[in-house]
Amino acid sequence: MNALTGDWPDRLFETLKRSGVRQVGYVPDAGHARLIYRCRADSEIRDVALTTEEEGVALAAGAWLGGERAALLMQSSGLGNCINMFSLARACRFPLLMFITMRGEWEEFNPWQVPMGSIVDPVLELCEAEVYRVRVPGEVASTAERAIQQAFGDERIAAVILSQQLIGRKVWTK
Amino acid sequence: MDQMRLERRAAMATLLANRGDDLLVIPGLGSTAWDAVAAGDDDRNFYLWGAMGGAAMIGLGLALARPERRVAVITGDGEMLMGLGSLATIGIQQPRNLAVIVFDNGAYGETGMQPSHTQGGVDLIGVARACGIATCLDVRDENALANLALRVQNLCETLFARVQIAADEPPRVLPLRDGIALKNRFRAAVGIKP
Repeated sequence: MNALTGDWPDRLFETLKRSGVRQVGYVPDAGHARLIYRCRADSEIRDVALTTEEEGVALAAGAWLGGERAALLMQSSGLGNCINMFSLARACRFPLLMFITMRGEWEEFNPWQVPMGSIVDPVLELCEAEVYRVRVPGEVASTAERAIQQAFGDERIAAVILSQQLIGRKVWTK
Repeated sequence: MDQMRLERRAAMATLLANRGDDLLVIPGLGSTAWDAVAAGDDDRNFYLWGAMGGAAMIGLGLALARPERRVAVITGDGEMLMGLGSLATIGIQQPRNLAVIVFDNGAYGETGMQPSHTQGGVDLIGVARACGIATCLDVRDENALANLALRVQNLCETLFARVQIAADEPPRVLPLRDGIALKNRFRAAVGIKP
């Protein structure tokens, strides 16, 4: 099972849509490819491709100022790009719902993914995020529901970490 | 040369005079935030005290969430330079209710007036245009400023403007620092229930 053939991205998409998420910011990512595809194809969801993940932190704050719910999709390397921008969410208690696909932790071919991938959990904790880790496909949607409740109900940073086992190994030879 | 440039407080006052009920303003951190308070504090201003490089993207998220309202991001050249990629993102999204206005004095006013890239020749109008923002206004005098104010009042497109201001430092007028309070009063002002 990989991100393109498994159905957890579809369940996640349905959960986001049902919960009223209307803006989805993302930097293109293979692990999120199916979810991004679903967002782009949906007329009620505004998909916002970003040049860097920190743009999405600011986008989500702006959405909330206008009364709308946003989500931010990234891979683990993108988390490091966000750290100072998290001060916006933390100082103002903006909801920030993130879905982070992991690299550098399981069957990783590219060693350059390891330095950031290995510090995702402590970085999120230092940034006062609620962290939810998912390792099996059947728990993605239910975990997302909890994170959504935490983010928008309590105006907090909530991060769902999607383990690399869910995504599968990147194919380097074709 | 600098005598020719617009005075920042007067420029902000011109832009925000007759703002109408539906104009929402994101002043970038530092001098543009002080300018906006000096022009008259307003619950519909969300002042930044940090998040440098994020002002334009906050404006984008807000503009997409509230298409019936007009949104003006008014920030400095240093703040805009830190988030140049957001102009590319905005160029793709093209909301019809977003104006990104840069007060360009070519320097970092809060840190001792060190020269910014714009002083060295980086052209923010050229960047915005290259990002696909069709309407880019280079505001160098009172007439152009009045025209920009009118364009913002009747905003119906993505607009970028560079306002050439003098590198002076008028006395600071500080907004509320409590980010949660700023957020809550802004949301209440646009009619969102707590």
